[in-house]
Amino acid sequence: MLPHEIRQKLTLEIAACEHAREKAIDVMYILQRHYGYLSDEAVHEAAGLLSMTPLELEELATFYDFIYREPVGEYVIHVCDGVVCWMHHEQAVFEYLCRKLGVGLGETTADGLFTLLPTACIGDCHQAPSMLINGKFYGLLTPEKIDVILEQLVCESCNPVLTR
Amino acid sequence: MTDMSELVLFKNRRPDKAATFEEYRQSGGYEALTAVVGKLSPKDVQQQVLDAGLKGRGGAGFPAGRKWAGVPETGHFPRYILPNTDEMEPGTFKDRILVNADPHLVLEGIILTAYAVSAEKGIFFIRPSYEHDAELIEQELEVARQANFLGKNILGSTFSFDLVVHRSGGRYICGEASAQINAIQGRRPNPRKGGPHMAEQGLWKKPTIVNNVETLACVPGIIRHGAAWFKGLSATPTGAGTKLYCVSGMVQRPDCYELPIGTRLSEIIDGSAGGLSPGSTFKACLPGGASTSFMPKQFIDVEMDFDPLKKIGHRLGTGAIMVFDQNTCLVAATINLIEYFARESCGWCTPCREGLPFILELLRAIECGEGKEEYIPLLRRMAGHMNHAYCAFAPGAVQPVYGLLNYFEEEIREHISQKKCPFGVVPQGSCQTVWANRGNGLYPGAANTKDKFASCPI
Repeated sequence: MLPHEIRQKLTLEIAACEHAREKAIDVMYILQRHYGYLSDEAVHEAAGLLSMTPLELEELATFYDFIYREPVGEYVIHVCDGVVCWMHHEQAVFEYLCRKLGVGLGETTADGLFTLLPTACIGDCHQAPSMLINGKFYGLLTPEKIDVILEQLVCESCNPVLTR
Repeated sequence: MTDMSELVLFKNRRPDKAATFEEYRQSGGYEALTAVVGKLSPKDVQQQVLDAGLKGRGGAGFPAGRKWAGVPETGHFPRYILPNTDEMEPGTFKDRILVNADPHLVLEGIILTAYAVSAEKGIFFIRPSYEHDAELIEQELEVARQANFLGKNILGSTFSFDLVVHRSGGRYICGEASAQINAIQGRRPNPRKGGPHMAEQGLWKKPTIVNNVETLACVPGIIRHGAAWFKGLSATPTGAGTKLYCVSGMVQRPDCYELPIGTRLSEIIDGSAGGLSPGSTFKACLPGGASTSFMPKQFIDVEMDFDPLKKIGHRLGTGAIMVFDQNTCLVAATINLIEYFARESCGWCTPCREGLPFILELLRAIECGEGKEEYIPLLRRMAGHMNHAYCAFAPGAVQPVYGLLNYFEEEIREHISQKKCPFGVVPQGSCQTVWANRGNGLYPGAANTKDKFASCPI
């Protein structure tokens, strides 16, 4: 169940709009943040708030690649597979991350910390190869740099005082 | 010399820091708005931009003033402006750098455009990877509101206009104007074909102008200094303004450079970008993003502007120059590009949904040494079918295929006759050895996961 305060905030925001549907993506993002991903329950709740049918909302949810219909880790790693990163051996970045994390593409580590996904050109071509982790850019990737980035994230998640 | 040319859009660009409202004001920011609101008519502003010859920087190159003039004088209200920062054309990162360098330059351009078409509301469309831009713009919108450059009765006039940020859920097609409108309306963002012009009936069936943010950022300069000044910025007599060229790939200094529009490709690559990377020689480039054709060495001195490129059968697109060197297999590069487009296709119309994967299969077969001679005319025929698609996505997607066929047919034939990729399976380079056989994994058992390396789930 969605906490009362989130529900109320969204209800007010939607009511202030001329057309409820225009808030669809925002609502999906907020519910995704709350549940960790857009669960079936979240689809039904979002549809109710937006006066849409769950099917209509599903039609949107499955279109967008930053809306997750399956559980993801605390950190979502989006590795750019655009042509410039390809020139700079993006495949090696994928293979390295898969090996390092022990997952295939689209999978999440057993501790629920990392999900590895490919993504469309992220607009960081001057720093290829590049990736996004929870929206933050990491460019000019090398194995050493990836080691440092991941160790740091693992460390941060063990120390909640530092990050939250 | 290109290095000495006037910076207009990047005047306030600093490493890792956006220009503040005060810094923008000190550089003459918002003077254009102050000079316009309540003093010039919207038609006057339109005329100045039309006279300046400003062409859209998002890829299509349509004259901005003509787009705005498409809003009928008797058109309904409210009217909308959609500043487009759904920058997803591979190789393109100019809008991200521009918004992060000087957000108020972009905002002033948007407000002036709103004035020119009497729009009341703007919806700043931003892709999810650019969340930082979304946050920055939201913060600076508040600053502009405090200064009464945005909101009700701007600068004490009868003109009211406000802007909100729309965070996209992702996907390339949302950059297409009619798809973007569907996305904002909370509908599946399939593009629309035919129907009334968006300047007449766009968002919520009201007059709507969709402009790329680089286009919008050119407007304050035009208003402050005039149409003749803007035309004078160009490197060629027929062009107008400066252009943000993104240079990436096998060059020494990949970056986004502001140069006179029409600067020669060779000057951009060898001058600004410092030439090819050590050990690399120029083989080809995509001149304006992934939806443009490969250009071989013979065009290296072309003036990078809409008309000169059109004359030689190419397109400026977004002005994103991606440089490929002699070690790159262009069949493999085209596979990467078509994989991208096949994945990003909205799937609505048959030519695009079915045709792109078919082209991909042909290219993959050629790359794996299973290609046949008849695949070459078949590729061309399939690429031609993309003209029957609903929107410009599929015809754009096959531009690199045409480039491959037109200039590198010999390379395709080598794949077919040798029954393998002449470059080896994986593009060879120094990076490859750096990455090979590294690391035992962060997680227990992670080193033994090679079989888990699955294909893309999306």
